[in-house]
Order: sequence, then C-alpha cells, then structure tokens
Amino acid sequence: MPDFNVLLAGIPAELTRLVLALIGLMAFIGLNGLALVWVERKVAGHVQRRPGPFEVGPFGLIQPIVDAVKLVGKQLATPAGADKFLFWLAPLLAFLPIFLLFIPIPFSENLVGLNTNLGLLLILAFAGLNVLALCLAGWGQNNKWGLLGAGRAVAQSVAYEIPLLLAVLAVSFQTGSLDLAAITAKQGPWPWQWNILVQPLAFFLYFICAVAETNRAPFDLPEAESELTAGFHTEYSGMGFGLFFLAEYANMIVVCSVATVLFLGGWQGPIEPGWWWFLIKMYALLLVIIWFRWTYPRVRFDQLLNLNWKWLLPLSMVNLLATAFVVKLFA
Amino acid sequence: MSNCAATELTGDTYTRRFEQGPNQDTLIVNMGPQHPSTHGVLRVIVELDGEYILRAEPVLGYVHRMHEKMGEVKSFTQYLPNMGRVDYLHAMAWNWAYVGAVEKLGGVEVPERAEYLRVIATELNRISSHLVWWGAYLLDLGAFTPIMYAFDDREIILDLLQIVTGSRLTYCYFRFGGVTADVTPAFVSGLKEFLQRFKSRLPMYKDLVTDNIILRKRCEEIGVIDVDMARRYGATGPVLRGSGVAYDTRRAEPYGVYDRFDYQIPTFTEGDAMARYLVRIREMEESVKIIEQALEQLPEGEHLNAKAPKPAWKPGVGEAYFAVEGARGKIGVYVVCDGTKNPYRVKLRSPSYCNLSLFAELAQGVILADAVSIMGSLDLVIPEIDR
Repeated sequence: MPDFNVLLAGIPAELTRLVLALIGLMAFIGLNGLALVWVERKVAGHVQRRPGPFEVGPFGLIQPIVDAVKLVGKQLATPAGADKFLFWLAPLLAFLPIFLLFIPIPFSENLVGLNTNLGLLLILAFAGLNVLALCLAGWGQNNKWGLLGAGRAVAQSVAYEIPLLLAVLAVSFQTGSLDLAAITAKQGPWPWQWNILVQPLAFFLYFICAVAETNRAPFDLPEAESELTAGFHTEYSGMGFGLFFLAEYANMIVVCSVATVLFLGGWQGPIEPGWWWFLIKMYALLLVIIWFRWTYPRVRFDQLLNLNWKWLLPLSMVNLLATAFVVKLFA
Repeated sequence: MSNCAATELTGDTYTRRFEQGPNQDTLIVNMGPQHPSTHGVLRVIVELDGEYILRAEPVLGYVHRMHEKMGEVKSFTQYLPNMGRVDYLHAMAWNWAYVGAVEKLGGVEVPERAEYLRVIATELNRISSHLVWWGAYLLDLGAFTPIMYAFDDREIILDLLQIVTGSRLTYCYFRFGGVTADVTPAFVSGLKEFLQRFKSRLPMYKDLVTDNIILRKRCEEIGVIDVDMARRYGATGPVLRGSGVAYDTRRAEPYGVYDRFDYQIPTFTEGDAMARYLVRIREMEESVKIIEQALEQLPEGEHLNAKAPKPAWKPGVGEAYFAVEGARGKIGVYVVCDGTKNPYRVKLRSPSYCNLSLFAELAQGVILADAVSIMGSLDLVIPEIDR
C-alpha cells in the first residue's frame, strides 16, 4: 500500500488521501445504497409473507439499478409557487454532507479518510446538517403537508440529538479520547471485549436515537406515509426524491458504522481482524433497523418527544454521570 | 400559504366558506379526497394550529353513485346487484337487508337451509370485512405488515365464497326466497379447514399486534365516545358496543335463525379506539363460533323456495323496513312499493354515515395523528356513506 504520508508531486499527502477517500466513499455509498434498497425490499417482502422483488434479474438483484435509472430519467418538476433555490438545494444538502460523516470512520487500521483525534466531534457536528435540509425541503415545496412533515422532522431530530450525544460521550469518557481509531483500538477482537458489554445502556440509547435521527420507523413521522402523504418529500419526484432516499440510507449506514466503531469493536474480530468484520457488524445493525421498520407501528409525535425528554435524556445523563464517576474512581 | 380570505382562484366553495373567521396562525388543509388513510374518497377540511386540530369538517359526495335513484328505475330483482356495491366489504349484509325488506313486503317464505346458508355467508363476510379493517387500521398507524397477514387469511375466505357465489367481493348471493346456489362439499371442507387455521392465527395477532405497546399508546384513550354522545349521533355497531351499549341487531331485532346460536355480544365500556378495536377482534371470534354451529346444524332441504318469485315479480303495495347487523353497524333498508314493477322508493340507512358524523366532534382538539387513528377506529367505508 503506498505510503500516503509522503508528498505526492507537490500535493499535500493529506489532500491526496482525502480525495481518494472521497472517491472511494462515493463508490461505497453508491453501491451500498443500491444494496440496501434491495435488502430492504427483500426483508420487507419476507416479513410480509411475500417474495419481494424477484423478476428483474436473479432474485431481483437488478431491481435497484433499474429503479435508479427510472429515478434519474424522470422530469425534474418544481411545484408552482415553490422557492426554486431552496427546493433544489434541500436534497443536495441532505446528501452531500454524508461524505464528511464517513471520513473519520476507520474501516480498518489503515482504511480511514482522515486520521484525526476529533473524529467523533466531526461526525456529531455534521450530522446536524440533515435537519437543515429537511427544514428547507419542507418550506421550499409550498405544500402544507410538507411543512407539517418538516416541522416534525426538525423537532424530532433536534430532540434526539441530545441523548445520542450523551450516550456517545459516555463511551469517549471511558476511552479518554474522541478519536475513533483509538476507541476501536482499545476494544478487543472478541465480543466480551467490546464496549457494548461495558456500556450496554449507552448502546441501547444510542441505537434508539440513531433510528430516530435517520427518521426510520417506528420514528418515521416526518415521512409518515399514511398521515401526511409523504411528509417532507411530498413534492419531490425523480432525482430529488432519489437523493433524499439515498441520503436516508447513507445516514443509516453512517449511524450503524459509528455504532460498530463505538460499541462493537469496529474492524477488530476473531481470527483475522480487518474491514470485513467492520462490514459484517455494520450490516447486522442495518438488518435490525430494517427489521424494526416492518414490525412496529408508528409512535405518535408527542409520544415520541415524551419518550425522548422523559426517558432517554435522563437515562443518558445518569449513564454519563455513572461513567464519569467510575472513570474517575478507578482510572 | 397565506390565511387571508381565499380569492376565487384558490380552493373551492368548501374551503372558501370554511376559511371565514379563522385565527391568525392556523393552517387549513384538506385531508383527502385523495389521501392514504381516509379509507375511500373522503375529504376532511381541517383547521390546524400546529399539529392540533381546531375544527374538522367532512365533505361528502365524492363517491355518490345514486343508488337510491337506481332503486327507483330498476325492478326489484334488477336492484339486487346494487346492494353488493353499496358496502362492498360486507355485501352479504346489504343483500340480506334488501332481500329481507322485499320478502316482508311480498310475504315470501325462506326455506330453513337457505336461512342457515345466509348466516354462514354473512358471518364469513363479516370476518373478511373485519380483517380488511384490521389490516387497514394498522397500515394507517404505520405498521406495514399486519395487512399482509390479514389479506392472506382473507384470500381463503374470498376463494371459499367464490366457490359458492361466483364472486370474490361484490356478492349477489341472495334471492327473494333463499340464496342463489347451494354449498358444495368442497366448500364445507374448505370452510372447516379455514376455521381451524384462523383460530390458530388469532393468538399470533394478539401477541404481535394487540399487545404491542406502541399500538396501545396509539389507541388507548383516543377518541373517547361516551354513551350519550353515541346515542345522539345514532352510532351503531362496534362504535356503540365499544362505548358500553350491548346493542346488536341480531339480538335486538332478531332475523333469520340467529336465535338458534349461542354467541356473545362483545362490549367494552371505555369508549376509546382500543375498545372498538377489541370489539371487532372479539366479533371475529364470535363469528367463527356462529359459523361452526351453523355448519353443525345445517339441515337438508332446498336453498331456494320452490315458489320463489320470478324476476319480473311485483310485491304487493306497501312499505317495509328491514334491519340487519353489518360489520359497521345497523344496516337498514326501507322499501316502498306502489304496485308498479319498480320500487317507489328505496332508502338505504348506512351505519358509516352516522358513525362519521361523530368525527367532527371527536376530532376537535386532538393531534393530527390521533385524528387518523380515530377515523380508522370508526371503520368507515365511504361508498356506503355516499351511496
């Protein structure tokens, strides 16, 4: 593997590494997006006692590609009275920051976009951009249902960020660093050496908040299909919708990757540690999220916020205090 | 999206009249007529303060098909297929109501076997109607899977009824003096198999769905209807029984051979959406019991009175009203005959119409998601409302 710590033709090494990482991530996110669409539809099908896609290609594997082609080929229609700039900015703003979120995540010892000791901070900071995108989408489309959906999305995302932050902070207190590589290195290859055993409550809280942050069922009120027609992406069709769709799946992947790094030992694993373990753990969590969607009804909006402010927030604060206490006493 | 008085260019007469006198920051939205969870072509104009509904007003008429007018231009027998289309989910009950009214008018006898077949068909149809309600209600609440399982069970019912009646949904099984066709041995054995299978599915539905905490939170204490309110609006069926009134037309105004079966009228007193939910689930179980008893007691005989009226028959002059217990409530058909070959007037009393009228009052002050839950729990079929 070429040594990226050397200047390459006058271009700083960090920049080269970043550019290559971004290209790699584009491929990764694109392929994973397609794969997730297929997995979701197949899992949904089998949970619902039907086969899911099976006609387009063997086992319906070509279905996501065909869907993507369809979405790209559609007319980009702007609704009458919509704010054109905001309307078309929103999907881009939803999708583009995802790359920033992936950069500090260590897929393996060397496979990381940016070796930084503030990786966790970077992720938490840029995760908030998604809210802005939803806000712009809801307002820009000049549709009352969209506005309702966006209002819900903003309240939900902002509310659930706090227990998420506190749960993640507990892990970094314990490790003593915000560096994702360091957090991974401190865990071991076997399940009993992972952080989930030391911080089960934090994992539980993180996972619930993660599902809420990505607007997945049972917390999918912003796009509640049966109540608000389609919530904040009502008026989007074609690639606008495609970008939101892809952004949702990419967000899911980010959130599961962070969970893998923080709680499940990242790329560490028995026998042969490497990026394959990372991917296995990440996909396992993704499958659980997909499973949730097709099993549970939707939580009502005020119940959702109640859950956050009355249960998750106190629990995460208790967890953080307990962690701080233990770390101070026994470290 | 301004809330100043609408000009001639925006909205229609309903939204313009509705907007007179709104508060300053409220949003006026149309739920429907194309909306995933208004169960048909129902339009509800809603004034929202954030997520809370200040006023809700249903606008009807989008599926008005003039069934009552058709009753005046078609002959008595020609009108039979119309009944299957009024409420297509419980077509058998509507069939029975009309046929019962005309038989009363014309004094036509129904053989005993036919009475039992009518009961079996109607109760099977009730189960399939409640399965649709259950699946659709959960779909409204965001659970995408139970509807698939419900429709899986319902497919078997539809196949069974197709053997006997030839139709899967809009049945025209009843005739004046009996039913169209007798049941075949294939039907009877298939039905017994279905009942066994269905009884084993219900515990799974209870564990996974009814006992789910998210569902309970969405249904308990939502849309509470007290007895007085139910009586004022003329609510019937599970809506009334969920509020504590044990009124079932099969017991209150007995018809057919229902008095020969041992079954209960499920009643719950809370009056919330969960009570109505549980009433319908229990009603499915009671229907299973009724069908089993009917199959046991099924006598030999003819399925249609040998002296049944011919198609061009005219019952005598007079009027008759006949009420049956449909899946949604009390179905009533009032027929007036003046001696000509067409009825003079056919009045269809649909339970969903009265149940819907509860909605405007129930929806005041609730959050939008609860309004969806309330509407689902009322089990409305809009074509039945508009007729």
